[in-house]
Amino acid sequence: MSQKRPDYLLFDRNTMAFVYGYQTNAIQRMLDFDYVCKRDQPSVSAIINPTRAGIHKAFWGTGEILLPMYKTISDAVARHPEADVMVNFASHRSAFETTMDALNQPSIKTVAVIAEGVPERQARIMAASAKKAGKVIIGPATVGGMVAGAFKIGNTAGTTENIIASRLYRPGCVGFVSKSGGMLNEAFNIISRNSNGIREGIATGGDRYPGSTMLDHIMRYEANLDIAMIACLGELGGEDEYQIIKALKEGKISKPLVAWVTGTCASFLPGSVQFGHAGAKADTAMETAAAKNQAFRDAGANVPDSFDGYGDQIKMVYDRLVAEGKVKQAAEPEAPKIPADYSKALSTGLIRRPTTFICTISDDRGEELLYAGKPITEVMDSRIGIGGVIGLLWFKKELPDYAAQFIEIVIQIVADHGPSVSAAHNAIVASCAGKDLVTSLASGLLTIGPRFGGAIDDAAREFKRASDSGLTPEQFVSEMKQKGINIPGIGHRIKSVKNPDKRVQLLIDFARRNFARTDLLNYALQVERLTTAKKGNLILNVDGCIGILFIDLMSSCDTFTKQDIDDVLRYGYLNGLFALGRSIGIIGHVLDQKRQGARLYRHPPEDIAFMLPRWDE
Amino acid sequence: MAQRGIREFDAKRLLARFMPDYMPDFNYKGEVVLVGHDTDFDRLADQNPWLLDRKLVVKPDQLFGKRGLHGLVLLNVDFEQARKFIGSKMNSEVVIGGVSGRLDHFLIEPYIPHKEEYYVAIRASNDYDIIYFSTQGGISVESRWDQVIEIPVHVLQGLDGIDLKKAVADKAELRADQVASFLEALYRFYVDLGFTYLEINPFTLCDGSIVPLDLVAKLDDAEAYWQKKTWGDLEFPEPFGRALSREELYIKELDARTGASLKLTILNPSGRVWTMIAGGGASVIYTDTICDLGHSSELCNYGEYSGDPNTEDTYRYTCTILDLMTKSRHPQGKILLIGGAIANFTDVASTFKGIVMAIKEYQARLKEHGIKIYVRRGGPNYEEGLRLMRSLGEELGIPIDVYGPETHMTRIVPLALEKA
Repeated sequence: MSQKRPDYLLFDRNTMAFVYGYQTNAIQRMLDFDYVCKRDQPSVSAIINPTRAGIHKAFWGTGEILLPMYKTISDAVARHPEADVMVNFASHRSAFETTMDALNQPSIKTVAVIAEGVPERQARIMAASAKKAGKVIIGPATVGGMVAGAFKIGNTAGTTENIIASRLYRPGCVGFVSKSGGMLNEAFNIISRNSNGIREGIATGGDRYPGSTMLDHIMRYEANLDIAMIACLGELGGEDEYQIIKALKEGKISKPLVAWVTGTCASFLPGSVQFGHAGAKADTAMETAAAKNQAFRDAGANVPDSFDGYGDQIKMVYDRLVAEGKVKQAAEPEAPKIPADYSKALSTGLIRRPTTFICTISDDRGEELLYAGKPITEVMDSRIGIGGVIGLLWFKKELPDYAAQFIEIVIQIVADHGPSVSAAHNAIVASCAGKDLVTSLASGLLTIGPRFGGAIDDAAREFKRASDSGLTPEQFVSEMKQKGINIPGIGHRIKSVKNPDKRVQLLIDFARRNFARTDLLNYALQVERLTTAKKGNLILNVDGCIGILFIDLMSSCDTFTKQDIDDVLRYGYLNGLFALGRSIGIIGHVLDQKRQGARLYRHPPEDIAFMLPRWDE
Repeated sequence: MAQRGIREFDAKRLLARFMPDYMPDFNYKGEVVLVGHDTDFDRLADQNPWLLDRKLVVKPDQLFGKRGLHGLVLLNVDFEQARKFIGSKMNSEVVIGGVSGRLDHFLIEPYIPHKEEYYVAIRASNDYDIIYFSTQGGISVESRWDQVIEIPVHVLQGLDGIDLKKAVADKAELRADQVASFLEALYRFYVDLGFTYLEINPFTLCDGSIVPLDLVAKLDDAEAYWQKKTWGDLEFPEPFGRALSREELYIKELDARTGASLKLTILNPSGRVWTMIAGGGASVIYTDTICDLGHSSELCNYGEYSGDPNTEDTYRYTCTILDLMTKSRHPQGKILLIGGAIANFTDVASTFKGIVMAIKEYQARLKEHGIKIYVRRGGPNYEEGLRLMRSLGEELGIPIDVYGPETHMTRIVPLALEKA
């Protein structure tokens, strides 16, 4: 630390703090406050996050900075001896141990405990330990506090708009203390409207045993020459206010004090009502709000008749101080500007920005996931199966049952084709090399293309082109022959006219039973008649049959438009269908190898002809 | 979260169950039963045979004291007499310290004839717990307070360095050893089990053993997380005279389920002024202002919501209030104050969304009952929240006056009440 702060000052413009808990909003609000206060450097030294060490990126004005993040308090303290404050966002379950840990670190002088519901005994031990060590605890059950123009704890003073509105970016002359954290912002607002604003404001928390009391802070304000007047807001229950009244009577508080104790309503309510604050309950007549307000009045404090007059009392005292020349009215600096957070500006409709991506098929932002606009529960209830889901996510359409069924048949048919084909083989080799399931699957899928599995798309495309352009089957066959291209979807290694492929028959039967028309299939079968006449195995194979029937399905069904058919061919939907179905088989092969504990595969050298160029000649 | 009274029945069972851990020769058996509305006496006697063998004491167990003075303690009776007494008192209305309520829980335990009446209490204050002890206990302990010894125990040091035997030697004389070890054990029991107040007045010595006769205890309910094993299914009864209404119970359950804070106490359901205030501090101040301006008789409820409740919870909370408001008519119409301070981190727009949903749902009933709404709030996203409210009023044709941080927090109270 460059220079030592006097004891009465907990925070100044050089204060550095740890934030315990990964509270990104609170951290950003602290940094934004620092920025509008024109501090030289941000007040957060580091974040302590018990689940992750590393870095956190935050805004500093319009730029960005990195904050280090440690898992333990002692790690953070070892690297950042400059930080003497810990803002403790630990939950009520761990607030005690983390606070005690912080109190044991010589460099940490002040701990703000945010958690509500800290047990009273724990709170009392924390308070007594802090007192013994000459340290200060603010809280528990508080938002914290702040020194205007210098440092703020966590979420104190809320948003930047509020900081600007209550002029908290520069010091005023009023020291404020309350029990209630929720009333802190309101008090800043009232004080800034009725005086030159806040110098320092602390909320001690609404619990019965706060780590530091209102009097503790008032005595600091009394010692602080920059504070000309003090305001406090107490509440019924407990006797903290009597400590202040005693100090007033003993002349220990020389600065004017505006006081109000809330809870005057309690006398009108049944005695057993527990207010929102744990400590807010009067057990004796002394602890009532009315008794405390009267005692404040009797001790010479400025006490309004109701909370409605609190601001008026502050204004009266402030104006008197100005008139007496005890407060100099400084020239008001220009209100700083802070860039609005993108997300906030967007939510308020202040800005717009073109989006980078468009998504038209699904949406997970609402209460329920949507597939093509349909809630997932509805999708499940309608039992449309994988085929129906493909209809929603690939076509954004609800398919007729037979169409969904056809897709499922296709997926089942293409699911596997033994271990020797490119995809399965690759996946097996990758798996044997020790690669994980997804990597092995990917290595198999990457073989799908023009020579492997691509025939479905090609067959659909070629047959459709031929049929659309009015070529007779004969013309088509001879055209392909002239070009020297094998007709995609025609030909099989083993199957032939005499030994037909059962899968093809199954597909054709299904189509004939369910499709309104099978024009392209009829055309293809005419082509097959020509090719099988030349050679028995030049039959319509399963790839060709799938591709061609898919076109028939789409052209004969009102659900699809011509545009849909063009899209299917242009963007390779049918390849997608093959990749999807075949993934089932590939995963099966990979798992098969894993279960066996298969070793690394190395291709036998005798199966490779080594024919390298020779350079010795 | 706060200090909560527990039944004498539960406190005595805790004592019997856990005190031997601290004082091996503590052999109070915890023979005590609790009788409620639907207790089956025959089964009770089956499970606790001592009820039939012993002379008994019967008294209400509902977190109020001075039971003897109110003629509610029956001494030295048999089980049949106890049963008759409870039958005659159950559900009867009594007034205790100005609060009227119904008797619904009684405790029965063995009657212990005794001479000595000792007093012990342990109370928490900031840095110290204070142990009070007197050999002159019983109903007149307050009038003989000069006989009470006070032993402060520092919260950090505990009993280390405190000679309890020496402290009580003058008073307890021959029994100083036993009393000192009892006080030590009781103090440790009090600390370890999360008590904030424990008073046994009196306890006596029966055949050389310590027997608690009357007992008052409060626990810190914030310790629930650490005390699961010791407290078991212990319940915190509502203070005497405060049977919870259906709506209060519903909000209490909602409160227990969420991380936010939701509170509701119905004061006068036939009044005109209902409040829905954000924040523990602000809710008290609004209620103060209504009373300070002389409208306490018209105030219907105390309540608060805070800690950034989500839209759903705010919606449910609002529905509960609107439902209560529209149960009966008031010739002058009714007023709903939706107030709050300038929030630190609660998103005003998102909490208001829940309120808007509820108001829309109750639109017809709100009009029918002539309800006027006043809103005042600030904090994150408040502009959007206030805009939602304003446009809601226009859309539904319900009078909704909306104010932001430029208006003093409680100004809507006189605006609403003095105009009407």
